[in-house]
Amino acid sequence: MNGASELIDRWLNTCAAWALALIWVLPLAYAVWTAFHPAAYEARFDLFAPLTLENFAKAWEAAPFARYFLNTFILVTMILAGQFFLCTLAAFAFARFEFPGRNILFALVLLQLLVMPDILMVENYKTMRMLNLVDTIPAIALPYIASGFGIFLLRQTFMTIPKELDEAARVEGASFLGVLWKVYIPLAKPTYLAYGLVSVSHHWNNFLWPLIVTNSVETRPVTVGLSIFSAIDSGVEWSVINAATLMTSGPLLIAFLLFQRQFVQSFMRAGIK
Amino acid sequence: MRSFKLRRDWIHGWLLLLPALVFLFAFTHIPAVTTLINSFFSTPRGRRPSKFIGLDNYERMINDPVFWKVLWNNLWFAIGTIPVSVALAIVMALWVNEKLAGRSFVRMAYFTPTVLPLIAVANIWMFFYTPGFGLFDQITGALFGWPASNYLGNPDTALNAIIVVTVWKEAGFFMIFYLAALQAIPVSLKEAAQIEGAGRWTIFWRITFPLLMPTTLFVCVNAVINSFRLVDHIFILTDGGPDNASALLLFYIYEVAFRFWETAYGATLTVALLILLSLLAIGQFFFFDRKVHYK
Repeated sequence: MNGASELIDRWLNTCAAWALALIWVLPLAYAVWTAFHPAAYEARFDLFAPLTLENFAKAWEAAPFARYFLNTFILVTMILAGQFFLCTLAAFAFARFEFPGRNILFALVLLQLLVMPDILMVENYKTMRMLNLVDTIPAIALPYIASGFGIFLLRQTFMTIPKELDEAARVEGASFLGVLWKVYIPLAKPTYLAYGLVSVSHHWNNFLWPLIVTNSVETRPVTVGLSIFSAIDSGVEWSVINAATLMTSGPLLIAFLLFQRQFVQSFMRAGIK
Repeated sequence: MRSFKLRRDWIHGWLLLLPALVFLFAFTHIPAVTTLINSFFSTPRGRRPSKFIGLDNYERMINDPVFWKVLWNNLWFAIGTIPVSVALAIVMALWVNEKLAGRSFVRMAYFTPTVLPLIAVANIWMFFYTPGFGLFDQITGALFGWPASNYLGNPDTALNAIIVVTVWKEAGFFMIFYLAALQAIPVSLKEAAQIEGAGRWTIFWRITFPLLMPTTLFVCVNAVINSFRLVDHIFILTDGGPDNASALLLFYIYEVAFRFWETAYGATLTVALLILLSLLAIGQFFFFDRKVHYK
């Protein structure tokens, strides 16, 4: 291949990559455009259209978004704390203990990667009704806190930690929980960060199960709140709906833009075990 | 002494596992079994308790035209989303992996849809599809003078409109896995091929693509599961309509169980979904197993 054709080749690739990237950001860019401009500019593109925050104010007043945000925040924190606790213990057991039934139990854990709680919503709803938990935030969280994915990910990380470190700590008199706390957890920090980011973004965005188990303002997360807000047909302007849409995904989006590298690396790490 | 250590290991192991297993069994394994059991019973109504009705629910399912319709839709949804999003993901990863002007912007653009809630995404796309007023109609109207078309209200296009949104949402997510895999391929392999005079195309098909096979397997398994799981945007965009043209299996289960409150029939449909998922997982595993080159 000679120099000139390689140059053209590179140029074409760059153009195509950029064209696709522009198509890919278009929906978001469009949402940002309408959200920050008066309703009159929804379908008219004028570079000098006046900027406004009015749409956000209107959306904020029209629905109890503050409460929805609080609910989502509690939900995500609850799930993450539960997942870290349960998955750490289980992963440690699978990585470092010999006991009968280990392989079968591990297979049962992996089964959850295929059969996710969302699919079993009919039965899980019955369970929640039996526990008298319908329309509470724990009801949204409980099915997810023992995560097969989390156990698998942490187990893989724990297995890479040299046994010598473990034994050295035990010689110094640490109990097995002490070893877990002082050796394994600190060394698995990147995995915790990766898993945490994936988990938070997944549950921030989750919709179907929360839609089923919640039916009041006090428990609804933002996704369900947003769907109810935008389902009120006709009355609400597009610019206001788009403002609400941006608002609900805003915290995650800003976090993503700020920590882009960590985000991408976390998803990669979570993906390739 | 040794056997004592072993025993203690057993107890510690089981104790560590116990809390996670309680939740796993309570919300995954036991519900899966009770779903199967309940599919042989009738839905309890008021004072009438549920009673054993054998295969009646299954018979109803087989004679239910909506069931076949949503199953068919789901097949189209899978065919429409998986190959396109996986192919796009590979292309995106190849581009982003190279030295490209403005690479970090391009990567961000591809990945951003992944972070957005599907429900929010649906709201944004809703406007694009609005008849007359929306972006698509404005573009086709200005360029070709086409009349306004109702993409979401037309049974022929509703599912395709949903597929487009899903591809847009998923491709960037899959790109990440390919990017990770590409970075793990030693540069020396590519250089050796270049010295031999291989072109870009040959290098891709003979070296890169085969080495990406394990990733492709992983991504495909994920994509198949997702094609049964991603229904959030349907609630906003079409609500399954018109006339179930864009309803998928999980969406139909939701409708049957939580709008019509026919929980037993919902359980039967769930069993169908579970069987489908396991068959696909097993099938994929064997299909790819022969072609995957493990290191």
